[in-house]
Amino acid sequence: MIELSLNILDITYNSIRAGAKNIDITVRADFCTDEMEISISDDGCGMSEEMVKTVSDPFTTTRTTRKVGMGIPLFKMYAEMCGGALRINSEPGVGTTIAATMKISHIDRPPMGDLGQTMTTLIGASPATEFKLNFVSDGKEYIFDTKEIKETLDGVEIENVEILSFLREMINENIENLIGGKIL
Amino acid sequence: MKSLEELQAIRDRKKAEINNRTTGENNIRIIVGMATCGIAAGARPVLQAFGEEIESRKLENVTLGQTGCIGLCKYEPIVEVFVPGQDKVTYVHMDAKKAREVITSHILNGKPIAEYTYKE
Repeated sequence: MIELSLNILDITYNSIRAGAKNIDITVRADFCTDEMEISISDDGCGMSEEMVKTVSDPFTTTRTTRKVGMGIPLFKMYAEMCGGALRINSEPGVGTTIAATMKISHIDRPPMGDLGQTMTTLIGASPATEFKLNFVSDGKEYIFDTKEIKETLDGVEIENVEILSFLREMINENIENLIGGKIL
Repeated sequence: MKSLEELQAIRDRKKAEINNRTTGENNIRIIVGMATCGIAAGARPVLQAFGEEIESRKLENVTLGQTGCIGLCKYEPIVEVFVPGQDKVTYVHMDAKKAREVITSHILNGKPIAEYTYKE
């Protein structure tokens, strides 16, 4: 993946397939400590302890379970390659949280890329799901919440391409404004 | 910076527009593979390009969809085009530019672009 936002897109499709109604994506970038964390949290069907142990391994999982493949192993590889780690917490019937930490300045860390496009692609894939993006950087926060957007839209379809294009730009502008010239 | 006030203006305009979008079996369907393989190969901007073209050209008989892995990972990004009454056309190694060409040649003028299709 050439952008971390593509990993986020890929991992979040798992949440949609797990039947999640609410998906929270949190990106925390602390430039003062040089640490970042990306977490995707859902209220989908969750996984058993046994399943959690195997999802990070592409070779034992792809052959037996079609819904698991390279997505989590790739995300884990990036985290570990960039001075961080991948953590999975899951409970059947409750949901799953996948979180990856990384060192911001690590030379191998892919850029965040077009997070706005990731969010709008997800909304297009599953308009009924509620997506929330929390972008936190050095104590400042930007929240994008489809519940709020849908209220504003008052019945107009959120998956309309013109609206998605607008939301993509709105998200990217707010993030850019929040981190103020820094590169993520 | 874009705000919710601006979104309200778009909403009001959308509400006033008459929605002529048809749904049904006569629609042309464009499906983009969005599994790990597709995403890694660049499917996200391909999907975006199709969406923009369909919206800006007001193609009311075209629906755009996403799907998982089709099983030809090394040919990603893969796009399948279903025109009612015709054989499915599978485009491989797609990018945003090729997507826009498929809209003008295949969707608007009925000429599939053989050069971009899957060959066994």
